[in-house]
Amino acid sequence: MSTAVLETNPRRLTGPGTPPSLLRLTRVELRKSYDTRAGRWLLVAIALAAAATVALALFTGHDAMGLADHLELTQLSTSLLLPVLGILLVTSEWSQRTAMTTFTLVPRRSRVLSAKVLAASALALLGVVATLMTSVVAVVLTPLVTDGARDWSLGAAELGQVVLLQLVYVLSGVAFGMLLLSSPLAIVLYLVLPTVFTILVSTVGALDWVADWLDLTTASAPVFDGGLDAQGWLQLATATGLWLGLPMGLGWLRIERAEIS
Amino acid sequence: MITVDHLTKRYGARTVVSDVSFTCTPGSVTGFLGPNGAGKSTTLRALVGLTVPTSGTATIAGRAHRDLPNAGRQVGVLLDAGAQHAGRTGRETLTLTAMVLGVDTERVDEVLGQVGLAGRPAGTRVGSYSLGMRQRLGLAGALLGDPEVLVLDEPANGLDPEGIWWMRGLLRGFADRGGTVLLSSHQLREVEAVADQLVVISGGRIVAQGSKTELLGRRGTVVRGPDRAVLARALQTAGIAVSAGDDDALVADADPLAVGQAAAAAGAVLTELGQAGGEGLEELFRALTASPGTGTQQPAVAA
Repeated sequence: MSTAVLETNPRRLTGPGTPPSLLRLTRVELRKSYDTRAGRWLLVAIALAAAATVALALFTGHDAMGLADHLELTQLSTSLLLPVLGILLVTSEWSQRTAMTTFTLVPRRSRVLSAKVLAASALALLGVVATLMTSVVAVVLTPLVTDGARDWSLGAAELGQVVLLQLVYVLSGVAFGMLLLSSPLAIVLYLVLPTVFTILVSTVGALDWVADWLDLTTASAPVFDGGLDAQGWLQLATATGLWLGLPMGLGWLRIERAEIS
Repeated sequence: MITVDHLTKRYGARTVVSDVSFTCTPGSVTGFLGPNGAGKSTTLRALVGLTVPTSGTATIAGRAHRDLPNAGRQVGVLLDAGAQHAGRTGRETLTLTAMVLGVDTERVDEVLGQVGLAGRPAGTRVGSYSLGMRQRLGLAGALLGDPEVLVLDEPANGLDPEGIWWMRGLLRGFADRGGTVLLSSHQLREVEAVADQLVVISGGRIVAQGSKTELLGRRGTVVRGPDRAVLARALQTAGIAVSAGDDDALVADADPLAVGQAAAAAGAVLTELGQAGGEGLEELFRALTASPGTGTQQPAVAA
């Protein structure tokens, strides 16, 4: 520390440069998601959970499982953990107070928020790719460790809906992060609130319509159960509006107007 | 070039910054002085777009911070050295900034060397940094984009005397190469050593501003002799006003040459002759920032 160099003639960089592109900002946000120990371990946990789920199904399952079944199964843990990464993508800027630097470097806050949404979407896609690869390995191993044969069937529509659902979950996490700006609060509420909501609306008979139209768990169930029909799409859209659109809209406004300190 | 024009910030009924105006020109260091809670940080945060002023404007190179094409390349900002991710290493922190700014990673190593964090500290997580090291890292981040303007809030906090000396040199060099520096402090001595211009704020209002010589030119000469009364008479005869200094010293309202000549002319013996030091300066600072009406002095005017 005591040997600081007093620079006499620093190199001048050329020009003030152009504003950082959305792509560049997205790469920065992606890097932020894995350059800390917390982020790295969360990614490792997501991969391990998917692998463990598949292994468990392979070695203890009775029914022969195909690619589609494995993919469905691995979405469970992924859809639970990946949104936490989405939450932290936003809230760590406040808990670690890096929002100050972030928004001083990029004063147009909506650009940073857009980059975070894109980065979270990329993570969701990566999550599906990772679970797909794990599922492929599971199918390859199927005849070796079980009596079943390899079943490669997986419809494009089903894969598409799985991707969509992961996107909805991750971005819902981002939305909770934006709205609450606190890691513990956002994580707890993200995990607890929809569950409590599901229990509430599915036990009270009169609230059936609420479950159908506003409960994300109920609305997304058909994805793994033969696919969404026209009404299913509508119901998924309204539920997504409540759990993603609304908190993200409010959170976006909150951050745009927030005093950063 | 920084221009703050009639800047006012109110939170409800509380006015934190009231009608503050000043300009910082290229090639100069401006010291933004005031006790804690005077409104320094709020002014700086309004300047870099982290808070929206109630009225008035603050611009950098003629534009609001929000309208700068690539803000980090035009203005280097360090508002709070503690606001860094504890889980990232120093180099990673700067690498993220470099990516946003669009500068190459060589530049990261360059500024790490410049602030004395090259080598092992660069690979250490910020969580285990001392406050002084965080200040250095924050300064490195501010310098990374090679900006023309630096805005620093209490950058000397946590630095050891050697670090403070180093930072003065760095800021002086930055301004001498044509840069504009605005740094806030509640430590008068720290700012006095490096600033060309002073802006003193108290209770949200500017209470004094001007060049350092203008504001601090009122200090005189400290003079001592074996016989204080003889000395005082000698100076008064020469038309130099005197007042009592510390202990048995006198403070004369003239430069040392005139005081020495007056003493010699009267045959008075001197044991000490020199520029009045920081005490006079500090009195000025305390007087300027004392809350009017109450007669009490603001706390936290640390030297």
